[in-house]
Amino acid sequence: MKDVSIGMFIAVFEEIFGAGLFWGMVAAAAAILLAFLYLIVRDHKLESRRFLRAELWAPVGALAAILFVQFWTNSGFTDIGGPIDVIVLILIGSAGAIGLTILAYVVPSLLSGRRSA
Amino acid sequence: MLANRRQFLGLSAAGAAAVVTSSPARAAKIKSNARIVILGAGAAGTAAANRLAERLDGAKITIVDARKQHLYQPGFTLIAAGLKPANYSVSGTGDWLPSDIDWIEEAAAEIDPVAKKIVTTGGKTVDYDYLVVATGIKLDFEAIEGMSLDLIGKNGIGSVYAGPDYAAKTWAEMDRFTETGGVGLFTRPGTEMKCAGAPLKYTFLTDDYARKKGTRGKTEIIYAAHNKTLFGVPIVNEKVRMLYEDRGFNTVYDHVMKAIDPGRKIATFATPDGDKEIGFDFTNVIPPMRSPDVIRNSPLPWTDKWTDQGWVEVDQYTMRHRRFPEVFAVGDAAGVPKGKTAASVKWQVPVAVDQLVAQIEGRESSETYNGYTSCPLITQVGKAMLIEFDYKNNLTPSFPGIIAPLEELWISWLMKEIALKPTYNAMLRGRA
Repeated sequence: MKDVSIGMFIAVFEEIFGAGLFWGMVAAAAAILLAFLYLIVRDHKLESRRFLRAELWAPVGALAAILFVQFWTNSGFTDIGGPIDVIVLILIGSAGAIGLTILAYVVPSLLSGRRSA
Repeated sequence: MLANRRQFLGLSAAGAAAVVTSSPARAAKIKSNARIVILGAGAAGTAAANRLAERLDGAKITIVDARKQHLYQPGFTLIAAGLKPANYSVSGTGDWLPSDIDWIEEAAAEIDPVAKKIVTTGGKTVDYDYLVVATGIKLDFEAIEGMSLDLIGKNGIGSVYAGPDYAAKTWAEMDRFTETGGVGLFTRPGTEMKCAGAPLKYTFLTDDYARKKGTRGKTEIIYAAHNKTLFGVPIVNEKVRMLYEDRGFNTVYDHVMKAIDPGRKIATFATPDGDKEIGFDFTNVIPPMRSPDVIRNSPLPWTDKWTDQGWVEVDQYTMRHRRFPEVFAVGDAAGVPKGKTAASVKWQVPVAVDQLVAQIEGRESSETYNGYTSCPLITQVGKAMLIEFDYKNNLTPSFPGIIAPLEELWISWLMKEIALKPTYNAMLRGRA
């Protein structure tokens, strides 16, 4: 490729999802991350029990992300052809796992309101 | 200190503002009253129109193309593999054009680079200061005796290149063929062609479907190469040769299809040993490719090479015409040794546009095109090799050390299926 730039990647993602959906998803991801950080600041700590419970969602998120990509594309596990494919699979799974874990931590925390210290 | 909600939100907003304001400012537009005519609103013409409109203030840009449909040609293979519907590749020409340019919905009928004017099929004369030739390619089906577009989709005859609807008809025939087995005959023409990887991809895909349907044992796959190689880049050729051997394809060399008999299901090939006939139950006809007649009938083509094909005589690095310095050619019509793909267009257009704008400004442009071409060479549904190379036949991977060019990989398939069309669309808008 001639130029590999951040601007080009943003342009490509806007084409994949449409500008509205893409920036909406970016905003949603940023909001969830900010809420997560806010909860840590608010509670002065990471609520270990709640986080442990949230982590139970990680495998679900990982599998869902991988299956989503395979469903969205005409491909499956048998198409893994080299080390980079395994790495990509792990990255997709990790993204799903981390995303759902954070979401599973944030939503009940916000719903239940401020916890007593 | 305990941070409260208000402080936290304030900090977040400041962070977001910093991200927004740190994006680079757009370059100032160049004031010009130049008249620029672009022939063709395909990938190259549309990308050039958007980039020129972005760079110039006051220039009169006119694009000339009769076609109301814009075709995403890299999608044809996916349509012909039954993975996408025919409309996957179709959008409106006008959807991609900048609003402040003129679109003449006619084809060009005449180009006079001495008088600096073009004449349209409707008889309109348009004068120009700069001309960008992006007319694309003509599929010369008539050059194959007995072949015509109405044969596609019947008697085992397909043609992926002919258009989205024909690609869908080709899929119907390939689907039927791979249910029953027989002889699959795959070819490529003796001329320059767009996406020289596409004939190989479709051979691999047909093999893949036959295997998945359990009919590969009843299927013979013949690949007729036009010369002594399968691919113009030696290192890629060797890899493809190995894969062809692995898949059990029967390859014949120096075979150029010259005639087809749909009734008898026989194709005739010109070979160094005279004409040879090969029977088929399914074939993907790829016709010779040439410059459109409007180019071939003008003074623009090379006179000492590709004389039967008529590509525009441009400098292969600047895309500027070698005899008419205010004329540029980009995309398939450009007479350069490599680069009849959308990936090449993505590199050629910014180069040609910068060269043209520099000419307006009276400066020298340092932008050059190095022959870059990319081919996500599909080897089965779900796997591809991301092959990129330049004029020197060097491999030029975009992700060196990460995505191996000569390996059949899932990630390369994901790029083809997910990222390629959005990248193409971003390119049309002049953003990639």
